[in-house]
Order: sequence, then structure tokens, then C-alpha cells
Amino acid sequence: MMRGYLRSDGRKGIRNIVLVAYLVECAHHVAHEIYLPSRHNNVHLIGFPGCYPSDYATQMMQRLCTHPNVGAVLLVSLGCESFDRRRVENAVAASGRPLKTLVIQEAGGTAPSLKEGQAWVQQQVEAMSHAPTCSIEFADITIGAICGGSDTFSGITGNPAVGRAFDQLANLGTKAIFEETGELIGCEQHMIGRAETPAVAQAIDHAMRKAAEYYEVMGHSSFALGNADGGLTTIEEKSLGAYAKSGSGPIRGVIKPGDVPTQGGIYLLDVIPDGPVRFGFPNINDNAEIAELIACGAHLILFITGRGSVVGSAISPVIKICANPMTYERMSGDMDINAGRVVTEDTTLDEVSQEVIDLVRAVAGGERTCSEALGHQEFILTYKQFEPTGPGCFPGVTAAIPMSQE
Amino acid sequence: MKTLIRLAKDDSVAIALQPLSAGTHVTLGDLQIQLSSDIKVGHKVAVCDIAAGDKIRRNSVEIGSATKPIAIGEHVHLHNLKSDYIPTLNKHYLDREVSS
Repeated sequence: MMRGYLRSDGRKGIRNIVLVAYLVECAHHVAHEIYLPSRHNNVHLIGFPGCYPSDYATQMMQRLCTHPNVGAVLLVSLGCESFDRRRVENAVAASGRPLKTLVIQEAGGTAPSLKEGQAWVQQQVEAMSHAPTCSIEFADITIGAICGGSDTFSGITGNPAVGRAFDQLANLGTKAIFEETGELIGCEQHMIGRAETPAVAQAIDHAMRKAAEYYEVMGHSSFALGNADGGLTTIEEKSLGAYAKSGSGPIRGVIKPGDVPTQGGIYLLDVIPDGPVRFGFPNINDNAEIAELIACGAHLILFITGRGSVVGSAISPVIKICANPMTYERMSGDMDINAGRVVTEDTTLDEVSQEVIDLVRAVAGGERTCSEALGHQEFILTYKQFEPTGPGCFPGVTAAIPMSQE
Repeated sequence: MKTLIRLAKDDSVAIALQPLSAGTHVTLGDLQIQLSSDIKVGHKVAVCDIAAGDKIRRNSVEIGSATKPIAIGEHVHLHNLKSDYIPTLNKHYLDREVSS
């Protein structure tokens, strides 16, 4: 039985988290010290390190602070940073969530801020434990899929199994989001063939051309040394493996970080910044992508790993699906599902897919994933730049809430 | 557990599911393949003779082009397969001597 928390926007959370968010690196330590004593009590920490203003970061923070898994928000500001905290405050206040902004310079520095912040968080933790719950269906859930530390097994076991789960969940009304365009170079034509409308086909084509151009400028494909050690040779080969996690059903839309799909179906998340290359690599690591999937409303993340990633995330649980049976043997304590059984035993991809769906149901019902139990709460947010999502990217006006319309 | 897996019938490469030594004979369907070098888990072996410039197929999808002739049983990796999109590894990586 899946139980969740109904929010004022109609979305339902599968966790009820008190979120502590710092608005510049200068406030990081204070925020971290506020979070530490309560870190095992559903208190999570996120933040943005930059002092210069960024529309992208502000929108990401706005979406993360009003994510359905979040029940209350403490913003920690130094006081003189350029971050536009009013936009985040307004969004959280409008959602009806308990909100407090702690400005360190006004509170009297580190020690008084810690005292005030910890007391408020403690109060919210107490309140969260009495929050009423509601029932949840698969149609209430948004899922993100990512692969990291990929090797050959990712494309043979874990990703195809998740792809099958994607198709099934999308049929049940789940919003299923896959990424990342830079890791799908070589699969353009196949993806375009799955587009639900000509406008979506055009959006996929545009997103993929942008990805190819971006990586060409960077002089580097999305390919790490470990990928080659694991036997993958080209970006097309790695893409083929990554692409398998998206299933085979129709692609309903192309979204950008912070766009929130509201209709069930499969969505492609375009994570490549718009315009000229400005801030370096599109996403500097897996958690940067996970944060973007969560900003699109993902309640939980399916993370397929071959080499053996250990990360989790702030805000949304991460289910780790280990594609490589040898890695699973070494790191089973970090892995929720052993998809490598497809090559070592008689297990089929459909059986692993069912295991994924069963675990989604259990985790949405409150069961903790390995990374949650181990205390993993990685989070990173850096500078990026996006243009508003084009109207053709969604099949209808109600299909998603693009960031630019707020 | 299997030794080699070919994901689709028309593939030009198969993937090692366990470490295999040079000289090993592997049966793959009606093919007899003798490995010309050690193959690590997850790495690719040619299952047919491939000419320089030929597209290499895995799971029915082209994953790049051969940069030199490759004989059946040879290791297929960075030394003889290149991307048709973006060079896989830049100088920084090559300097670190990726094990092939």
C-alpha cells in the first residue's frame, strides 16, 4: 500500500522532509550545522554555492523547495549574496508549507543562527511526524532514470530491465523521465521515431543537435575513463546502453530542468544548456542530473550502475540497480537490485523489471532504499542557462508546468 | 554462466561475460572463435572479419567504424574502433594509458 502526503498543488509526496537550503557557500557551514543533529530525522540539506545571480539556480531552488517530498523549508542566507531569495520564499509561502528564512548577518552571526535554526528545524520535525497521509497510485508518481558508472553490463541487464519497467509504469499513468541527451548521441533517429507528435519529434531533433554541438565544443564526449576500462569504446556504444533504459513506448514530451510533467507517459529531459557554452560541462556529475530530475518532480530515482556508484540524493530516494554481477558481489550493501542475475542465472529481464516495479511500490510506501539507510544525501547545483521550453514540447497545455510560466 | 554474448544475430562483435585468455576456443552458435589476446569482462571480440572503415554493429546498432582490418577473434576497442560522432577520449585521457 502506497501512502503519501497531499500538497496544496495536488501533488502527493512519498516522503515528508524538512529541507534546509543555503543560498550561497558562505551560508553552507551554518546550514550544515543546523542540519547535522537532525539528519537521521528526515531533515535534508541542499544549497547553491554561487554568489552571482542565476535564473537557472533560482528556478531549481524554487522547484526543489516546493517538491512534493518536502514538507517544510528553512532558507539559510548570509545576507549580502545576490541570490534572489524572494522568488523562492514566495513559491514556498504560496504552497502553504512552513517556511523560515534565517539571515546570518541579521541573526547575529554563526552561534545565534545555529540556535535559532536548530530550534525551528526541531519544531518542524515534530510537526512532520503528525502529518496526515493519503493513498497514492502509480499515476501520482514521477520517476526519473539515470545511469552512472556505466559498463557493458549496464546495456545488457540493468538498462533494458528499467526500460521494460518504464513502459509498464507509463501505461499505469506514471510520469517517467529519462535523460541525458549528451549520452544518447547516436540514438537520435530511433528516438524521433517514438515521438508522440511531430512537434515532439522536432524537439528531440533540436535537443540532440544541441547536445552534439555542445560536446563538440567541449572536445569531449560524455565518456569517462572507467567506461573504457569496462569495455565500452565509443559514445554511440555507451548511448545504446543508456538509451535502453527509456523503454520502447511513445515519447510524450521533451522537458528542461524544472518543467513538471502532469500527464503520465515517457519524457526526455534535455539537460544541455541553451546558447553558447558558458559554464563548462553540462552536468559535472551524476548528482547534478539527479537534482534536475527531482526538480522535474521525480519522487524517486532509478539509478542503474555497472561499475558501482554508491550515491543517493537529498529529497528523493534513489533505487540502485546493479547491472554487473561482479560489482554486486563486491558492493551488495549499496545495491537494491541485482540485475546481473540476467547473465549469471536464468533470471529474465522481465523478472528484473517486475522487481523494479515492486520496489518502487515498496519505497513509495515508506521502505528505505540502501542509499537512504546508509545516509546518502548527495546534492549539487551549479550555474547553467536555459531558454524557456518551446510550446511544441508538450502535447497539450496541461501536460507540464514549464518554469517560464510562473 | 556464458563466456561470450552476441546481443543480436547480425552483430559483428560479441561481449565477454568473464575474463578470457588468449588462445581460448569459444563456440558461439555455429561459430568457432579463437581469441587472439586476453579479453577482460565486458570487452568486445570480433565474431567475423572486419575491413578498415566497416561499421561495427552491436545489438543491431552501429557503434562506430573500424580504423584497421580486424580478424575474427580479435579484441575490438579503442585501438581499432572509432566513434562516428565524437572522438571518445581526448589527449588527456590517452596520456593516462587506458588499458585496452
